[in-house]
Amino acid sequence: MATQRPSYLVQIRDLRFARGERVIFDGVDLDIPRGRITAIMGPSGVGKTTLLHLMGGRLRPDAGKILVDGQDVPSLSRAALYRLRRRMGMLFQTGALFTDLDVFENVAFPLREHTRLPEPMVRDLVLLKLEAVGLRGARNLMPSELSGGMARRVALARAVALDPMMIMYDEPFTGQDPITVGVIMRLIRRLNDAQGLTSVVVSHDVEEVTAIADLIYMISGGKVVEAGSPQTLQRSASPWVRQFISGAPDGPVPFHYPAPDLARDLLEG
Amino acid sequence: MRPLRDFVNAGLDRLQRMGRAALAMFQRLGRGHLFLLQVLAGMPAVLRRPGQIVAQLRFVGAHSALIILVSGLNVGMVLALQGYYSLVDFGAEESLGPMVALGLLRELGPVVTALLFAGRAGSGLAAEIGLMKTTEQLAGMEMMAVDPVERVIAPRFLAGVLSMPLLAAMFSLAGVVGGYFVGVGLLGVDGGVFWSQMQAKVDFHGDLVNGLVKSLVFGVVATWIAVFEGYDAAPTTEGVGRATTRTVVHTSFAVLGLDFVLTALMFGE
Repeated sequence: MATQRPSYLVQIRDLRFARGERVIFDGVDLDIPRGRITAIMGPSGVGKTTLLHLMGGRLRPDAGKILVDGQDVPSLSRAALYRLRRRMGMLFQTGALFTDLDVFENVAFPLREHTRLPEPMVRDLVLLKLEAVGLRGARNLMPSELSGGMARRVALARAVALDPMMIMYDEPFTGQDPITVGVIMRLIRRLNDAQGLTSVVVSHDVEEVTAIADLIYMISGGKVVEAGSPQTLQRSASPWVRQFISGAPDGPVPFHYPAPDLARDLLEG
Repeated sequence: MRPLRDFVNAGLDRLQRMGRAALAMFQRLGRGHLFLLQVLAGMPAVLRRPGQIVAQLRFVGAHSALIILVSGLNVGMVLALQGYYSLVDFGAEESLGPMVALGLLRELGPVVTALLFAGRAGSGLAAEIGLMKTTEQLAGMEMMAVDPVERVIAPRFLAGVLSMPLLAAMFSLAGVVGGYFVGVGLLGVDGGVFWSQMQAKVDFHGDLVNGLVKSLVFGVVATWIAVFEGYDAAPTTEGVGRATTRTVVHTSFAVLGLDFVLTALMFGE
């Protein structure tokens, strides 16, 4: 496709990032297609959330390019970065709702900050967004009165309040009951398709991700180890990917933390 | 040779630790000053939203008023009692009015108010901001293209700075009333003498204005420490706890140390 608009919304090239001595990303290449749901998977602590923060410009990489809609995020000025962020939504693991505002005001927050819409229009927009996540009736509740799943849905309504071009989900299924997981899965799909969004889902929940993602990237040891559709990944030859998908306790990722031989350890005591 | 080498090594280790601690301290100090600049840069944006300032004045200032009034009343009463016993030996009890007023306006009003402020409002600010950071509310705001320093920190800072002189004035007022109650009401000092002496001896510029300047300086320092500790807190339960403790301790030291310097500058010959 040789159009001006590249078919990839996010392009990451040779990304390197370290926290002190610890190398998190050691040459990551990633392409996130427009209008699709792309999942980034990997074990806990591999830096999946860090990757979202790098894409949102909250962290600076040590080297490499992060292009979002053609703009190199690390080299943007503050004002340009803030302009870009208005078109990116992010759903935090905790929801990150403002605890001093009720549900309605939480969803209205980005509208009030970035637009000068008259009050009746703000009200209509907020109610429509809340309707989309099924919580129009909960508009007067405070965040402390919501369940974890409801808080995430409110946060989702807030994240799409400005009709962004993309939305990033940080572990959207973690710690939720099966019904809520189903609701969130359907919402991610529906928002993606109905609003023409590009979705990036960071998660380690294999079953849920393979059910909704169009494309999956597997990250381990600071690198992308496998990429492809859920079906390709199921057939992957990589023993690491097979262990991750099947959840086998032992394999390339060992069950034991490195330790000397057990017999010798016991005798030395 | 070996004990000597161990001894030298232990000494070097200690030196290294001291060096590292000193570096960390200076780094924090530097971060604190840069942070203050950032907050000041956010001031114009705050002034465009007076509603924000009023809300914070209510939280930081108005909610501290009761403890300030009660403490002021008590301090004034004790001051009159102790002053009376010293003055009466010289037959100088008619100086009780100016003694109480000067003690309050020059020293006790600004200093005790700042210490109470650190315990009541400062610790509250640090905990609130620290928790907003821990629950990703600040990060969420940043991802919604809203600068948390402008939106959250700057209005709280301004409210703290404005509140302090007002609270100190209330403290001194309550103290004078308490002094009058004990001196004139209980100990029988002549009421007319109490007031007229006070009017004659208290200088508008030398005492009242200098006292206000003091409390304004304390307001800047106390609020700066509180918002910085909250913003710089490690995003954990322990981190927030440490931030609140540090707010009270550092503010107390800073206020008492600065008080000496300011007194030497203002009231020296």
